Amino acid sequence: MVLQAYAFYVLAAVTLLAGLAVIFARNPVHSVLFLITAFFSSAGLFVLLGAEFLAMILVVVYVGAVAVLFLFVVMMLDVDFAELRQGFAKYLPLGIVVAAILTGEMILVAMSVAGSGAAKSSTGPLTHVGPFSNAEAIGRVLYTDYLYFFQAAGMVLLVAMIGAIVLTLKHKTNVRRQNIADQTARTPAAGMRIVTIKSGEGIEA
Amino acid sequence: MFWSTPGGWLLLTVGQILAVLIWILLSLAFLLLADRKIWAGVQMRKGPNVVGPFGLLQSFADFLKFVLKEIVIPAGADKTVFLLAPLIMFTLAFGAWAVMPLAPGWVVSNINVGVLYLFAISSLGVYGVIMGGWASNSKYPFLGSLRSAAQMVSYEVSIGFVIVTVILLAGSLNLVTIVERQAGGFWNWNVLGGGGLKDLPAALVMIPMSVIFFVSSLAETNRPPFDLPEAESELVAGYQVEYSSTPYLLFMIGEYANIVLMCALITTLFFGGWQAPFPTPFTAHWNPTAASFFGFMWFFLKIIFFFFLFAVVKAVVPRYRYDQLMRLGWKVFLPTSLVAVALIGAWRVFGSAV
Repeated sequence: MVLQAYAFYVLAAVTLLAGLAVIFARNPVHSVLFLITAFFSSAGLFVLLGAEFLAMILVVVYVGAVAVLFLFVVMMLDVDFAELRQGFAKYLPLGIVVAAILTGEMILVAMSVAGSGAAKSSTGPLTHVGPFSNAEAIGRVLYTDYLYFFQAAGMVLLVAMIGAIVLTLKHKTNVRRQNIADQTARTPAAGMRIVTIKSGEGIEA
Repeated sequence: MFWSTPGGWLLLTVGQILAVLIWILLSLAFLLLADRKIWAGVQMRKGPNVVGPFGLLQSFADFLKFVLKEIVIPAGADKTVFLLAPLIMFTLAFGAWAVMPLAPGWVVSNINVGVLYLFAISSLGVYGVIMGGWASNSKYPFLGSLRSAAQMVSYEVSIGFVIVTVILLAGSLNLVTIVERQAGGFWNWNVLGGGGLKDLPAALVMIPMSVIFFVSSLAETNRPPFDLPEAESELVAGYQVEYSSTPYLLFMIGEYANIVLMCALITTLFFGGWQAPFPTPFTAHWNPTAASFFGFMWFFLKIIFFFFLFAVVKAVVPRYRYDQLMRLGWKVFLPTSLVAVALIGAWRVFGSAV
């Protein structure tokens, strides 16, 4: 499959270049846009692997929702880039140490997996397990074998969401809010006072 | 066979894409005119009536006018992003049509996760607006794009849940399967439960779901009464303020292509796609091409019907206030559609014998 190989190299190159551009772009909004490009082309890589369900979910969740909120926040930042760049040299050694440790760990994991783990025995990506489509195959394991993990992950997300709401919710006492039920339940009798005014006298207050 | 070689396949696919593209662009030209005519009709005006008979060529005149004008890019604008934004909007609006089943056997790409693909592409549409608003480097477009981002993200949630109810009924993520399952008359359409008389109780949930989908698609396409990203009385023209000539045209076409796409999506998910509203055993003896055209006619008629609804809503409903828009999305539509997913799921397991 020559065409698939070409598609892989193009998508992989775009992913890597976009990933680099996320770090090197001077403007944070451009960084986010490159991040979206990286997400999108990695979704393309998933499609090449035969995991079209994962690819679509990646686009819906990360590109469609998470990155929009990212962009939303970053667009509103008013960052002084010159000031931001001043600390660069100071933190460079520490950054290099952290990056080196992470890279070393990833190489170790990759080598140990390649030497003894799943990669050695598997014959390649399992695209069609039985007569099911991709989404069905995921559903069958997710809701049977991994049900408790799936539910636990859901609970963790729920707790995180409630935590975020609790941290940010403030009840301001001096803000007037619209109460639609009150508005629609209002009658002329409660909302109006009809006053008969004698000519030439007016009304007081 | 030449058509099964890689070169032939490529030619065939490109031909199909071009055919769909040209069909959409041509229909858009007349639907846009219809939109303005309906709007004018409600307000007892005549609408465009100068170019061509009954103003039929108005859209083409507008097109030429846009293309021939100078592209003005504001001095402080981020030039690349500024020009990329309308292109993204335009491309995505047309890219989504790739999986739409237009008629029996007429679909450019029949993929297994068609519904998810459509959902993914329509959730990307927000980037055109956000990037355009930000890159203009101006206050009104920026406010417009912020509004649009919040609005589209909010209504996508309820659209997603409504789509899940349809997926549960159809038992498939493939759009062609979803349409084929609704064959045999309007009582088999998903809006009425998708299974004739025995699934009719599900209609109690599915009819409100189709209404929620329609209203959410109004918000998703920035149509009145949810056109706050471009509210002309507050933000001049929202994210489009700094755009002129061809980039503006691309935004405009992208917006209308999205509207027609949403009409097609409502048709496909709830109203039987290209299925006729009555049983059609007689098409079995027809030439397949004739049967395809017969199905395509119904698909197109349904799209035009929903486009008419979009146009009438624009003419008769006043614009929402922003907090009311958010309230409707998060406090009304989201809980309702979430309950509906649970109900339809329960119906599939305990109710209908599938």
